[in-house]
Amino acid sequence: MGIFESILLTIATAATPLLIAAIGELVVERSGVLNLGVEGMMVMGAVCGFAGASLSGSPWIGLVAGVAAGAVFSQLFAVLTLSIATNQVATGLSLTLLGLGLSGMIGEPFVGEAGSKLPNLFIPGLSELPLVGRLIFGQDPIFYLSVILTVGTAWFLFRTRTGLTLRSIGDNPASAHTLGIPVIRYRYLAVLFGGACAGLAGAHLSLVYTPQWVENMTAGRGWIALALVVFASWRPARVAAGAYLFGGVTIGQIHAQALGFGIPSQFLSALPYLATVVVLVMMSRNKRLMMVNTPASLGRPFVPDR
Amino acid sequence: MKKLIIGLAVALAASTAAVSAHAADKTKACFVYLGPKTDGGWTQAHDVGRQYVEKELGDKVETAYVENVPEGPDSERVIERLARSGCSIVFTTSFGYMDPTLKVAKKFPKVKFEHATGFKTAENVTTYNSRFYEGRYIIGQIAAKMSKTGVAGYIASVPIPEVVMGINAFEQGAKSVNPNFKMKVVWVNTWHDAGKEADAAKALIDQGVDILTQHTDSAAPMQIAEERGIHAFGQAFDQIKAGPKAQLTAIEDTWGPYYVKRIKMVMDGTWKGGESSWDGLKDGILTMAPYTNMPDDVKKMAEDTEAKIKSGAIHPFTGPIKKQDGSVWLKDGEKADDGTLLGMNFYVEGVDDKLPQ
Repeated sequence: MGIFESILLTIATAATPLLIAAIGELVVERSGVLNLGVEGMMVMGAVCGFAGASLSGSPWIGLVAGVAAGAVFSQLFAVLTLSIATNQVATGLSLTLLGLGLSGMIGEPFVGEAGSKLPNLFIPGLSELPLVGRLIFGQDPIFYLSVILTVGTAWFLFRTRTGLTLRSIGDNPASAHTLGIPVIRYRYLAVLFGGACAGLAGAHLSLVYTPQWVENMTAGRGWIALALVVFASWRPARVAAGAYLFGGVTIGQIHAQALGFGIPSQFLSALPYLATVVVLVMMSRNKRLMMVNTPASLGRPFVPDR
Repeated sequence: MKKLIIGLAVALAASTAAVSAHAADKTKACFVYLGPKTDGGWTQAHDVGRQYVEKELGDKVETAYVENVPEGPDSERVIERLARSGCSIVFTTSFGYMDPTLKVAKKFPKVKFEHATGFKTAENVTTYNSRFYEGRYIIGQIAAKMSKTGVAGYIASVPIPEVVMGINAFEQGAKSVNPNFKMKVVWVNTWHDAGKEADAAKALIDQGVDILTQHTDSAAPMQIAEERGIHAFGQAFDQIKAGPKAQLTAIEDTWGPYYVKRIKMVMDGTWKGGESSWDGLKDGILTMAPYTNMPDDVKKMAEDTEAKIKSGAIHPFTGPIKKQDGSVWLKDGEKADDGTLLGMNFYVEGVDDKLPQ
């Protein structure tokens, strides 16, 4: 395996959890709900994924447990913000805080335990192709899920009637409601999907990226995913581009350090964030584009009148 | 019946009194932690020390701790709350608690404070630290013996003197075995991000490193080393579970005995402020995990070096040593003084990296 190929593989691993969590949040925000609890749901996915794998002995069961944990945890947010119409920002923030604390408690018996890793795909012949072999035919299963999720979400949002309905709810829930669309039910499902994705992203951390459990192991990745959604102006393909840009710059700066170019390491460490901010600013200069894509009712509670 | 009730009440009152009298006898030792107490690294090592205190001193001591306390002004509030809550002694276990500890200590002259890895003391404040660099010298030697490519990778956290000292000690150890040994340093600028540490480990291995060492908190680099079939050294904890074939040894922090010693001094009134304690391998404040996955001659060399450091025959920073820029730091036979080490902000000759300032 050449160094170039190896770098690409590392970038894919770094980008996958960001991409999955961001795709989930994108669907949530397209429905007009702002869930700032991504970090909390993600860390719950990580701990339950690890616990599931450790208790059952199978990383596949861990994967399911991680997804389930994120989904269940998101419903706490859904009940509070959708049924009781609490403030979404405050509720999302508390979901993150709760997730970080709760995961530490659940994870305590698993600290220091060596985890099991989800096996990489291997197709004899194809996986050995030079350069692209390992990249396309030899990755972990969650990588393929991330590709399917990205393509699937783009198709769903922009090519199906249900996707159109979801987007219309995000722009104007009152109108959708008068047309007889069950706004709250749609939003519940969107939040559920977002939670499941965050859980999957967390499980990627504790079952593929670094198969172990350490407290706060998401280390802010949920927040980066949230930023990516805005950066991508709520479009799935751009979310993927953003996740890979962020992953690429992260890995690139480490290689630059190891090669000893003599660039200050603090600057290099800040580079991924800097690159994302710069791109974000450039994107948002196009006012019309932002207007078209931003869900108009984002973050506003909706209470259907009876 | 009435008598019985009165009797019970008296007994109850007596027992409560006994309990509170008992509680007053207890010495309360409190700890402020930077990370979660199960971080698998720095903070956990301190918490293991706290549990050791409870085990050793039993009823005579009561401990309390606050985890996840950010460095800086926030920590002042936490330290003050502990001081107010009746702690006899407060251990603040991270470098960044230095000034907050001193500020609170001024307000509570009767409470005793011990600050880990700092360099400022007061009437009721001492500092304590561990000579980690002694362990790093040993692993540097092992790395130079074991590496086939002649290049080691060093995953560093943040550029404070403690970390720079570790890199230099590793380099000194490696150079003593193989003068041409090379080292690649990657700064991840965090103590605690398993993913980033794993990324750094992969990048270093991709660039031809076949031995990894780290000054960050998670076992992720050890796992990557195991996966890629190279060797690595554990940090703060024995990480053999994460790398049964990869781990050569680990530098383990063993704070327990020190904490017991200091709390006993508080109990019998011999505790004094203004002191700095900097113990090393010989005092058992750091220990080397079993030397594994290496041939016997390397193991023997490591054990010899360990014994010589304990006896004082080897000091990792003994001249002649040049700084990275080629200027002389220590003359032939000269040993580094503790003050310079604790404020170390330069690389020794041979480190292939630019120190972030």
